[in-house]
Amino acid sequence: MNPFSSGTRLRDMIRAIRACKTAAEERAVVRKECAAIRAAINENDQDYRHRNLAKLMFIHMLGYPTHFGQMECLKLIASAGFPEKRIGYLGLMLLLDERQEVLMLVTNSLKQDLNHSNQYIVGLALCALGNICSAEMARDLAPEVERLLQFRDPNVRKKAALCSIRIIKKVPDLAENFINPASSLLKEKHHGVLITGVQLCMDLCKVSSEALEYVRKKCIEGLVKTLRDIANSPYSPEYDIAGITDPFLHIRLLKLLRILGQGDADASDCMNDILAQVATKTESKKNAGNAILYECVETIMSIEDNGGLRVLAINILGRFLSNRDNNIRYVALNMLMKAIVVDAQAVQRHRATILECVKDSDASIRKRALELVYLLVNESNVKPLTKELIEYLEVSDQEFKGDLTAKICSLVEKFSPEKIWYIDQMLKVLSEAGNFVKDEVWHALIVVISNASDLHGYTVRALYRAFQTSTEQESLVRVAVWCIGEYGDMLVNNVGMLDIEEPITVTESDTVDAVEVAIKRHTLDLTTKAMALIALLKLSSRFPSCSERIKDIIVQNKRSLMLELQQRSIEFNCILQKHQNIRSALLERMPVLDEATFSGRRAGSLHTAISTSTGAPHNLQNGIAKPAAAPIADLLDLSSDDAAAPSSSGGDFLMDLLGVDLSPASAPSGTSQPPKAGTDVLLDLLSIGTSPPAQSSSSASDILSSSQDNKAPLANLNGLASLSSLPANATSPASPVPMMDLLDGLGPIPQKHEENGPAYPSLVAYESSSLRMTFNFSKQPGNPQMTLIQATFTNLSPNVYNDFLFQAAVPKFLQLHLDPASSNTLPASGNGSITQNLKVTNSQQGKEP
Amino acid sequence: MIHFVLLISRQGKVRLTKWYSTYTQKERTKVIRELSGVILTRGPKLCNFVEWRGFKVVYKRYASLYFCMCIDQDDNELEILEIIHHYVEILDRYFGSVCELDLIFNFHKAYYILDEILIAGELQESSKKTVARLIAAQDSLVETAKEQASSISNIIAQATK
Repeated sequence: MNPFSSGTRLRDMIRAIRACKTAAEERAVVRKECAAIRAAINENDQDYRHRNLAKLMFIHMLGYPTHFGQMECLKLIASAGFPEKRIGYLGLMLLLDERQEVLMLVTNSLKQDLNHSNQYIVGLALCALGNICSAEMARDLAPEVERLLQFRDPNVRKKAALCSIRIIKKVPDLAENFINPASSLLKEKHHGVLITGVQLCMDLCKVSSEALEYVRKKCIEGLVKTLRDIANSPYSPEYDIAGITDPFLHIRLLKLLRILGQGDADASDCMNDILAQVATKTESKKNAGNAILYECVETIMSIEDNGGLRVLAINILGRFLSNRDNNIRYVALNMLMKAIVVDAQAVQRHRATILECVKDSDASIRKRALELVYLLVNESNVKPLTKELIEYLEVSDQEFKGDLTAKICSLVEKFSPEKIWYIDQMLKVLSEAGNFVKDEVWHALIVVISNASDLHGYTVRALYRAFQTSTEQESLVRVAVWCIGEYGDMLVNNVGMLDIEEPITVTESDTVDAVEVAIKRHTLDLTTKAMALIALLKLSSRFPSCSERIKDIIVQNKRSLMLELQQRSIEFNCILQKHQNIRSALLERMPVLDEATFSGRRAGSLHTAISTSTGAPHNLQNGIAKPAAAPIADLLDLSSDDAAAPSSSGGDFLMDLLGVDLSPASAPSGTSQPPKAGTDVLLDLLSIGTSPPAQSSSSASDILSSSQDNKAPLANLNGLASLSSLPANATSPASPVPMMDLLDGLGPIPQKHEENGPAYPSLVAYESSSLRMTFNFSKQPGNPQMTLIQATFTNLSPNVYNDFLFQAAVPKFLQLHLDPASSNTLPASGNGSITQNLKVTNSQQGKEP
Repeated sequence: MIHFVLLISRQGKVRLTKWYSTYTQKERTKVIRELSGVILTRGPKLCNFVEWRGFKVVYKRYASLYFCMCIDQDDNELEILEIIHHYVEILDRYFGSVCELDLIFNFHKAYYILDEILIAGELQESSKKTVARLIAAQDSLVETAKEQASSISNIIAQATK
């Protein structure tokens, strides 16, 4: 068998691997081969080294580790024959990278090969050096490579030139040595040497300013002449591509001229003619011609200004834009983005074509075009451009809608000349693509609406109309519902009609209908429904005639599975039923949100907003995981939770103004008022925290009742304090109120707090005309399961209670321990009190009920 | 400059990789995996340029193979398309109507040809004729060496009989 033949066995191995049907089979074959190769390496097998390395390279390409073969490369490179060196160098380039120390060992072989008599071996060495040498190797071998730049064979010279590029990139200090030889390469006739020589000069000029100066002074005329010659040269079969002689050389020369002309007026002057010639004479039917034109345009735009040339360049780009080839259009859009910096006017002329590109079928082109349009917008053309973009929004496809919506919104915000136009455009966007609109955007819209007080009527009517048709656009529904809630009376009474509006009759019940739709529709998410509930509440104050109906709707949500809705509906119901006197004050029109502060905060918290706001719909969970709310969301009471928004401090008046508390008269501080905290404390105390209030109210009663039966709390309450001598009128009146009083006396239940302060305010647990019980709570630090209650009893009747006994019962998961009371006799009329300590231990502290 | 050249099949198999910038073995695998995912899922009518990690990747599909080259932001994409075509045409001339199977079984030859076209990520020779001539010359060197060796081994074999 021929020892140099890697043929048959390599083929067989490849065939065997390809025949494997599963990954496991392939692994088995590869493992076997690797074992054989490793054995051969250990035995220092000369004959099949060549073939083994080829096999190793194939295995490497499949993705398996092959580091054991690295030394084989070195041995092959050190052999005398050409075939071994060839495959050895190939293996070196494939299996190693410059960071490996093994590479250093090759330096000596490389040095010898660079001086070899066989020019092909010199070529191999140059190739390997140029592809993977490290900085040390570069330093060591630079003199050899420099010498080879003047070798007799042009093929070696061109390889040496490219190798030098890597050397000067790795060791920029050596650049000076290469300046002279490199510039002499520019005078050559051989195309390969010219191309590589030009490239070397380019990299030299980038690395060393000396080189730049030198080349500029000495070589520009020569380069211009070369370019002219090649542009005018007749047909040459060897270099012809698509009718142009050596487009690669054209392009390299143009690139080098660009570097030389940049920042230097004289140099730029020299090249104007040839640039004009190339720009006008080059055929642009095939890709090669277009590549040259592209390079030419780049050069024209980068060198010192020549008006005529620039116009020529931008016209070429305009032609590119209408080319049917996607690549050309992409490239043109790219270039135009750079050109806009230089000459915005000229680019504006092509606005129409660019707009067409926004509607292109290719996604990368659409993206580029959109970015370009964004750069083109200014105050004068914002209206027509936005109009076009919004029209396109209706037909664009889903992936693009997000980008497009974001750009339109930001355009509208930046450039809107007047508020009414802004509102109109935003309405259109919301109707069309509300689901893609980010939260900050519609928040900003609401801020603007609230500031444009003369447009309130117009806005709410427009929203009402839009709402009829586009209820699936979430953001639109939210904004509409908010506005209807705020300005419902304007809607019904047609307040502030503008001339351009058509008359519209909306009755009060129509508005309630609209908001009801928002609540009932199952595709809308938690935030929207929550906003709808508040809107209903506002409407109940604005339209007292609809109060009953509104109350019914609200009551329906008391059993909602979502904690937020249930909580709100119970609270609102409370307000409707019991607190009519404060209702109108509570539901006054919102004070105008200060735009300046809003945009300032928004800019500051934009970072947080971006990281925390989610566009995705909120999950239906029982209030356990609250949606991550951007601080701005809290602004409009859109998140149901958490007075502790990430970046807010107590002094954020905007936050609290609209924020978590429903309390009127703008409580400036974020702290809750004691009664509310009380209920919450009670909840937390029993650690039934996450259960809905309805349940907790029954648990609260449990602590005072002996049964868990929800139905008859009153009777139990009555049976509670067994008073040995009851005055006749001491029996609690059998009114249905006490249970509710327990909680009502504490005020509306606040939003659920995840955290509680360590101090719990005291609670009036029971109060009637004859008796008052007050509970003081505390928890020992480190023992959250146990709560200490100090009960204080005060006699409000004129009779003395003797043998006063207090009993309590708790549900099964709690343990109760009663300490003895301070006394058995309760003096009359509040002259004294009895205290008793209770200890309640929650065995399910922190767990879900 | 061209940072790397990648030839991948439609099924995502790697047929040739050449790295002109420094990437460790692990990084190379990662890059290949990422780019395969991006490029193989692109539709046929889209343009041949992809923005990736701050670089541009120019790719062109020939039959069942994707030829990909990764370049800097300020390089000329259209020219790279021409370079890819240049390489494919040379391969075609060398193998005679090249197909993917040729490149699988003769991957080392595909590499030798690539080394005559690109070094250090830059174009080396614009004439297909010259490249073909150089490859042929080196192939004949290999042939000569083979013949010499087989004649020597014959002599040895006979001598040690």
